[in-house]
Amino acid sequence: MYKIVDKKVLNDDIDFMRIEAPLVARNAKPGHFIILRVDDEGERIPLTIADNDEKHVDIIYQKMGYSTKMLGEKQIGDHVADFVGPLGKAAHIRDKQHVVGVAGGVGAAPLLPQLKAYKKAGSKVTLILGARNKDFLILRDEYEQFVDEVIYTTDDGSFGEKGLVTDPLERKLKDDETIDHVIAIGPVIMMKFCTQTAVKHGRSIDVSLNPIMIDGTGMCGNCRVNIAGKTFFACIDGPDFEGHEVDFDGLMKRQSYYKDEEHQCYIRLKDGR
Amino acid sequence: MAANKTPRTKMPEQDPLKRTSNFLEVALGYAVEDAKKEAIRCIDCKNPRCVQACPVSVKIPEFIKQIMNDDMDGAFDTIYEDNILPSICGRVCPQESQCEGACVLGIKGEPVSIGALERFVGDYGMEKNLADTSVDEEKPQKVAVVGSGPAGLANAASLRRRGYQVTVFEALHEYGGVLTYGIPEFRLPKEIVNKEIDNLKEMGVTFVKNAIIGKSITIEQLKEDGFEAIFVGSGAGLPSSLGIPGENYNGVYFANEFLTRVNLMRSNTFPSHATPIKVGGTVAVVGGGNVAMDAARTAKRIGAKDVMIIYRRDKDSLPARLEEIHHAEEEGIEMNLLYNPVEIYGADYEVKAVRCERMKLGEKDASGRRRPLPTGEYKTFDIDSIIIAIGQKPNPIIKQNTMGLDTHEWGGIITDEKHMTSLDGVFAGGDAVTGAATVILAMGTGKDAAGSMDEYLRNKA
Ligand SMILES: Cc1cc2nc3c(=O)[nH]c(=O)nc-3n(C[C@H](O)[C@H](O)[C@H](O)COP(=O)(O)OP(=O)(O)OC[C@H]3O[C@@H](n4cnc5c(N)ncnc54)[C@H](O)[C@@H]3O)c2cc1C
Ligand SMILES: Cc1cc2nc3c(=O)[nH]c(=O)nc-3n(C[C@H](O)[C@H](O)[C@H](O)COP(=O)(O)OP(=O)(O)OC[C@H]3O[C@@H](n4cnc5c(N)ncnc54)[C@H](O)[C@@H]3O)c2cc1C
Ligand code: FES
Repeated sequence: MYKIVDKKVLNDDIDFMRIEAPLVARNAKPGHFIILRVDDEGERIPLTIADNDEKHVDIIYQKMGYSTKMLGEKQIGDHVADFVGPLGKAAHIRDKQHVVGVAGGVGAAPLLPQLKAYKKAGSKVTLILGARNKDFLILRDEYEQFVDEVIYTTDDGSFGEKGLVTDPLERKLKDDETIDHVIAIGPVIMMKFCTQTAVKHGRSIDVSLNPIMIDGTGMCGNCRVNIAGKTFFACIDGPDFEGHEVDFDGLMKRQSYYKDEEHQCYIRLKDGR
Repeated sequence: MAANKTPRTKMPEQDPLKRTSNFLEVALGYAVEDAKKEAIRCIDCKNPRCVQACPVSVKIPEFIKQIMNDDMDGAFDTIYEDNILPSICGRVCPQESQCEGACVLGIKGEPVSIGALERFVGDYGMEKNLADTSVDEEKPQKVAVVGSGPAGLANAASLRRRGYQVTVFEALHEYGGVLTYGIPEFRLPKEIVNKEIDNLKEMGVTFVKNAIIGKSITIEQLKEDGFEAIFVGSGAGLPSSLGIPGENYNGVYFANEFLTRVNLMRSNTFPSHATPIKVGGTVAVVGGGNVAMDAARTAKRIGAKDVMIIYRRDKDSLPARLEEIHHAEEEGIEMNLLYNPVEIYGADYEVKAVRCERMKLGEKDASGRRRPLPTGEYKTFDIDSIIIAIGQKPNPIIKQNTMGLDTHEWGGIITDEKHMTSLDGVFAGGDAVTGAATVILAMGTGKDAAGSMDEYLRNKA
C-alpha cells in the first residue's frame, strides 16, 4: 500500500497528489511514468511522474473516467493499492538552443519536468500552454518561475489568446529562427497538429504517446504504436517519440477501442458502484 | 504381466458443455481409491526410464509404491525432495514427452498416469500442510531473487532452506509469474499458486511486489544494498509478432495481453473488476502451443461462440500438451491446421478477417519436425478478433539496464555451467536463459542455481 501524503485540487477536473513510493523515487527521471491501481479490483493506469524527491512521487491527473475518478475520491492519509515505476525511457534531453514546449490541458504536468531539464541544460525555453478556459490552465506559477517566455491560449478567450495552441506555435516558428526544437504533450489530436506545424517549418519535434497500457514492462503489447511503419511498445521504447514518425490516427483508434466498456464503468460509478 | 492390460484410471472431469461457461478447474483429480488403483499399474522397473526422463529426477517408482502402501505422507516427502511444486507440475508438465513418454507400459499399452498421481500427492500434501518449511542454521548473507515465476520461487526456496536471507522482487502486483498471469484458472487454480507462495513466506522469504529490477532498483544498486548474490528469473514475457499487415488493428491481441487481462486483471468479472475485455463472436488464435490452447479456451469462456486455432503444421506437430489439445477439441475449438496467416483485414481500424495461406509439409527441419511450405492457395476467415500466440522472447528490461550483462542476440541471458552470468555474483535461470520453455525446467534451473550460489557465497565468506 502506498500512502497519499499530499493532495491539492487544481481545478474541477485535475488533482495533484504526492505519494510515498521510495522504490519509484529512487531512479525517477523526467519523462518517466508510473502505473497505479487504486484498489485491488482496479485497472492499472499510467500517469507521468510530475516531480519527485527521494521518497515521494508527484502525479497530476485529469479525472477522465472511472479509474481517475476513483483516485480522486482518495484523500490525504489514504492509500492506493499499487504504485510501480519508474517506467519508460527517460526523456532524451537534446542539445538545443531554444526549445518550445507546447502543452494542452493536463499535458502541462508531464511537460514540466522535461522543460525544466532543458532549462537546466542551458536551452532557452518558451512555453505555450492551452486549455478550455482560465481555470484549466494548470501549473502556471511553477512554469513562470523558470521559462523565458510564456504564451497562454484558451478556447473561450477567458485568459491569454483565444484559440488553439497551434496558432501561437505557427507564429513563433515563423518569426523566431533561434527555435530549433519543439516538444508537444497533450491530447493526441493536439500533438498531431503540432507535429504538422513543426514539420511545415522544418523543426524537430518530440511527442509523448499515451496508448492504453497494462503491465508497462513490455510483456503484453497492448501499448504498441506505429512509428515510421514499424511497431514499438510505448511502455519500454517510449513514451516519447519523434513526432514526424508517429501514426497518430492509428493511436487515436486504438485508444478508443474500449469506449463502450469505459462508459459502462463510469455509469456504475455515478450510480454508486 | 497382467498390469500391462489394465487401462489407465481416468481422472474425473467437468462436462465439456458446462465447463465452457465457467472458469472452474476442468480436471478434478483422483480420489484415494483412484490413486491406489492407478499406482498398482506401475511395474516398478529396475532401471526406471521415467526418472531419467524427468528434468528434476523425481523418484517416481518410489512415491508410487508409497501410494500403493497407503503411505501418502511418505509419498509427498519423496516427491518434495526433488520438486517443491508437485501440485503445479502434476497439472502442467508435458508428461507425455517426459516421464509418461518413457514409461515402458506405453510401448504396448498406456503408460502409468504419473502426472495425475503427482497431482494427487501434491494436493494431499497441500491439504495436510506437509511441506517442510524448516530452515537450516541462519546465515547473515542477503540474496536477491528477481521474478517470482517457478524459476525464482524454486531458487528462493532452496536458498532460504540453506539459511540465507532471501528477498524476491516482482515487477507485477501479484506473485507467480506465468503461473499467475498466463496459465488460466481452469487449468491451474490460483489458490494453489498462492498456497505455494505462502509456504515460502512461512519459511521466511521476503516478497516485494511492484519492484522492477533494472528500473526501480538496478542490479548494481542491489549489490550496493548488500545483496551478495543475485538470481535473475525474469522469464520470457516479450511477445513475438507475426510481422504481417494489420497487426495493430483493434481486436488483435497478443496472447499475453489477452491472458493478462483475464487472469491477472480478472476482466472476466468486468465491470466488478475495472479492466475490460472483448472478443466478439468469432475468434481466431494463431499458434499451436499451450499458450494458444489457453487463449482459445479462455476466449470461449468469456463468451465467444466460435473459436478456431490457426496453425501452420499438422496435428501431430502441435507443441501443446496432449491433454490441452484433447480438452480444446472437446470444448468445440475448431482446428484449422496447415494454415499460415499472411494478412489481417480491417475496417475502421477493427479486425474483420484474416487471410491465410494453405501450407503443406516438406522435409524435416532443424527442430526435427517437417517444415511447413507455402502452396500458393489462400483462404480468408471472417473473424471479430484474433489472438497471436506464436511465442515469447526474454524480457528486455534487465538487459537494457544492466551494463556488462551478456545476452544472446535473441535476448537470452548467457550463463556458464554454474548458471552464473557475465557479471560476478549474478546468476540466472528459467525462461530468461532458455527462452520460453516449461515450468519444470525453470524450476530445475532455479534449484540448481541455488546450489551454485551457495557454493559461491561460501567461497566468498
Ligand atoms: C505514458 C502515459 C502517461 C500518462 N500521463 C498522464 C498524466 O500525467 N496525467 C493524466 O491525467 N493522464 C495521463 N495519462 C492518461 C491516463 O492514463 C488515462 O487518462 C487514464 O488511464 C484514464 O483512465 P480512466 O479509467 O479514468 O478513464 P476511462 O474512461 O477508462 O478512459 C478514458 C481514456 O483514457 C485512456 N485509457 C483508459 N484506460 C487506460 C489505461 N489502462 N492505460 C492508458 N490509457 C487508458 C483511453 O484512451 C480512454 O479512452 C497517461 C497515459 C500514458 C500512457
Ligand atoms: C499461457 C501459458 C501457458 C503455459 N503452459 C504451460 C504448461 O502447461 N506446462 C509448462 O510446463 N509450461 C507452460 N508454460 C511455460 C511456463 O509457464 C514457463 O516456461 C515458466 O513459467 C517459466 O518460468 P520462469 O520463472 O522462468 O518465468 P516466468 O514464469 O515468466 O516468471 C518471471 C517473473 O519475473 C517477473 N519479472 C520480469 N522482469 C522483471 C524485473 N525486471 N524485475 C522484477 N520482476 C521481473 C515477471 O513479472 C514474472 O512474474 C506456459 C506459458 C504460458 C505463457
Ligand atoms: S503496457 Fe504491456 S507491453 Fe507496454
